[in-house]
This record gives sequence, structure tokens and C-alpha cells, in this order.
Amino acid sequence: MSSEQEGTSIRCLVAKVGLDGHDRGAHVIARAFRDAGFEVIYSGLHKAPEEIVQAAVQEDVDVLGISILSGAHNTLVPKIMDGLEGYGAKEDTLVLVGGVIPEEDRPELMDAGVAAVFGPGTSMEETVEFVRENAPQR
Amino acid sequence: MTAEDTDDGDGDAETTGSATETATDVHDELLERLLEGDHRALARTISKIENRAPGYRALVSALYEHTGNADVIGITGSPGAGKSTLVDKLAETYREQGDTVGIIAIDPSSPFTGGAVLGDRIRMASTIGDMDVFVRSMSARGTLGGLSTATADAVKAMDAFGKDKVIVETVGAGQNEIDVVRTADTVAVLVPPGSGDAVQTLKAGILEIADVFVVNKADRDGADRTVQELLEMIELGERGGFGGGSSRGQSGHHHHDHDTAGHSDSSVADGDPADSKSDAVDTTPDHWTPPILETVATDGTGVDDLVGALADHQTYLERSGERDVKARQRYAEEIRTVLREDVHDLLAAELEARGSVEVLAEAVRDGETDPYTVVDEILDPLEACLAEIDRTPLERDSSSDGSTDTRR
Repeated sequence: MSSEQEGTSIRCLVAKVGLDGHDRGAHVIARAFRDAGFEVIYSGLHKAPEEIVQAAVQEDVDVLGISILSGAHNTLVPKIMDGLEGYGAKEDTLVLVGGVIPEEDRPELMDAGVAAVFGPGTSMEETVEFVRENAPQR
Repeated sequence: MTAEDTDDGDGDAETTGSATETATDVHDELLERLLEGDHRALARTISKIENRAPGYRALVSALYEHTGNADVIGITGSPGAGKSTLVDKLAETYREQGDTVGIIAIDPSSPFTGGAVLGDRIRMASTIGDMDVFVRSMSARGTLGGLSTATADAVKAMDAFGKDKVIVETVGAGQNEIDVVRTADTVAVLVPPGSGDAVQTLKAGILEIADVFVVNKADRDGADRTVQELLEMIELGERGGFGGGSSRGQSGHHHHDHDTAGHSDSSVADGDPADSKSDAVDTTPDHWTPPILETVATDGTGVDDLVGALADHQTYLERSGERDVKARQRYAEEIRTVLREDVHDLLAAELEARGSVEVLAEAVRDGETDPYTVVDEILDPLEACLAEIDRTPLERDSSSDGSTDTRR
């Protein structure tokens, strides 16, 4: 049915977590996702991990993109992952981390359940393509 | 309609037999978890409604018997009127009263890519961390009339989940949004100050749907004037229909001033203003004049009064029997919309079966035929079928609708 095909859209939450006021990147990615035809929910700045989890669960997003430029990713990302797990949402949410993440920290984030880390210089096309290919089928 | 849907399910079943059965199981489980208060189940149910996922209709049908307990409030107004901020404060006030709240915030989507940035959530910070406020952002996906159906169904999901108040927030920009906000029992229209000309444009459509007017950002210049303009507009409307309307409109406004004064000394909102106002409603049980309230959503001024006015309207709906009338109108509209969508799909399939629309269009371009002839050729057999139908089965449909109608 035509309406059913139109109906499905990838839902993303673009989240800024913790004490980090740099949201240019988040805005750019939100815009890129929108132009790719995704539905984007933007969290706003300075959100606590619990708030991100609440939003991700209530909005039933397919993709959670966390933007962190503060260096606190090792603390904040696992908290979010645990929170998602608490709601049984960890399994079928594609979690991406963007921002300044040192190479040596990446394995730990991946272990926590993050699907991909996109550092500075990643092209929009690459990110959008990754989401298209990996967004969970529900 | 349900039969149509089941047919679709069967069609799928022929290809993947067990998959459809599992889908039903999944829906049963989902419904069970939703009724138990699982937030994720509610979230997933709304996703299925939004996506029109296979079998979502059965899920919504199953929701119906658990609905009817929530007060549904629609908030609309021009972009930047302060809707999200006000909704946030309303939710906070309701939570203080001990009510649970569901919020459906609808934002436009791009007609070109279908993408959307749903930003209402940013403004809803007062109740963050409180899972008893369930905020759900929805985009106006490009389905004709589908948004109001999806919204109505999402409201049903929140109602069945056990939310005491369900708030539907949407930009009041066009017919689509007006249809959406009609899914609510009580509609509040936000008018920012200084929108003198905007008030004029409100006349067409939005005035008729407003049960409560809210002049938000009332601390700004021009708020008094906007209140005055609204008042005049309401009086004008009243005079058209009722003789004594104008004085009632004024008393409504006066009443509000009184309340504001009362509220500056006490922040406890639940009892008194609502009571005193329902007395006012008592005298005119069969008529409702939209009150005009002034709020400053950013600091919460006037929000208690608004809660009182919304409660008054709910009381009025109850006493006047208007709630049943509205519910009937709403369900009638839903039936028409769903029917229209299904017929549309049916015809799209028929069109495809007759050779794709491109082929037919090409035939018209070649001068072989014309659009009217094509349509007649497609519809004639259908009309012939319809003429042979025994129409008694519809009785069953209407009786089942009747049972859902008496939701109070």
C-alpha cells in the first residue's frame, strides 16, 4: 500500500550530554539527517544521561546519536547504555557517538554497545549511509 | 475496514504464513505490556501506529475497550506562540495535582525529503526525568488525512496506558492541523500579543475550534490589546447566534481577572478557581463562551488559571452532553477518514491492475483516450459490484461503533 510505504521513517535522537556547550556539530548532523529524510529529535544542550535515555525510550528512536566534545565520554556513554538496557532498549537501538573521541577510548565504547564512533572529518554522506544500512529493522 | 485489514493480513500470510501469526502474538504481548504500564511498549505501539505497520489496526482496535478515561486537550497556535513551553508548564501543574500526563507534539515535516526536526522536546524541561510525563514527538508525514487518524490512535494508546491527561500540541497553520486538534475534547488556541492582524486571520477556522483562548507572553506590549480584540471577536460571534452573548463574554473575562488576583496570594490551584468557575458554568449549562486567559509560560504565570479553565470546559462537556456529541462527530470523522484511505488504496491497486497509471497517462497523451473515460472504465465494474451488495452487514459495523461511542 502506498501509504504504508510512506509511513516508515528512520527516527533519530541527536543528543548533547553533560557539560558541553558545543552544539554546532549536533546541529549540522541533525540537519543532514533531516535532509536525508529521517525524523530527528534534538535533545537540546546539557542533558543528563537519564534524560537522554528517557527521550530515547519515549520517542522509540531507531538511532541515538550522542555528540560529546567534553572528553567525558567514558563516563557518560556507559551510563546511557546501562539506562537503555534497563528499559530493554539497548538491543535494538543503533547508538552512535560523534565528537572528539581519542582512538584508544574507542574499543571501550564499542564494548559498551556503541555501533560506531564518528570523529572530526567524517563526511555527512558516510554517517547517513551508515545509519541507512544499520538502522534496526523492527 | 477490519475485514479489509484482515484480507491484507491473509495476503501476507500466503507468502510468509508463520510470520503473520508471530505478528499477532507480538501485538498481543505488546498490548499486555502496554496495559501493565511498560513505557517502551507504549512507545513501540505509537511507532506502529505512526508507521502503519502491518496489523496495527488490530492493535488499535484492541486498545479501544481500555480507553475513555483521559481528558484530551489540544493546544494550537502560530509558530513561536509558546505552545511547547506552555504545554511543559501545564504538564508540570498536572503532575503537581497527581495526574499522569501524555504529550503528543506534532511538528511539520519536509514535503520534499519527508525528513523533520522535531524540536518541541527541547522546551519540555520542567518534567524531565519524570517518566509519568510521556512526551512523544510526531512528524506530519505526508499522508492525506492520515495525521489526524494517527494522532487519534496515539491518543488512544496513551489513554489505554492510563494517562489522566493527554495533550496534543500542533502548529495551527492549516486544515490538517485543525483536524488534528479536533481529536481533543478541549482546544486551547494560543495567540501571541501584538498579533492584531493575526487575530483577524484566526477568524477563519481557528476561532470556531477554540474552547479557550490563551494570550501567552502576556507580559509583552500589546497583550491588553490582543485580549480586547479577541473579546470583540468572540462577542461578534456570540451576537450572531445568541442575544445575551456579549455580556457573557465580558463576564468571562472579568472572571479571569478576578482569578488572577486570587492566585497571586496562593499558588495552590486545584480547588477554588475551578469551583467558582463551574458555578458560572452552572448558570449556562448548554452554552460555552470561550474564556480568554493571559499567561506567561516562561515563568508559569496564569497557568493555574488555564488549568482551571480547561477543567471548567471538561465539566461543561460533561453536563451539557456535549462530550458525547463531540465524540460521535469525532468517530464519524475517523470512520470517514479510514474509509477514504482504504478506498484510496483499493483504487490504487485497481489502477495498477489495469496497467500502471503511466501507461494510461501515455494513452491519454497519445490522444487514444481521456482521463474521464479511463476513470469510468475502472469504476464501472466496481459500481456494478456495489449495486449488487446486500447492505445489511453494515448494521454490525454501526452497532460496534455505537458501543465505542459511549465511552463515558
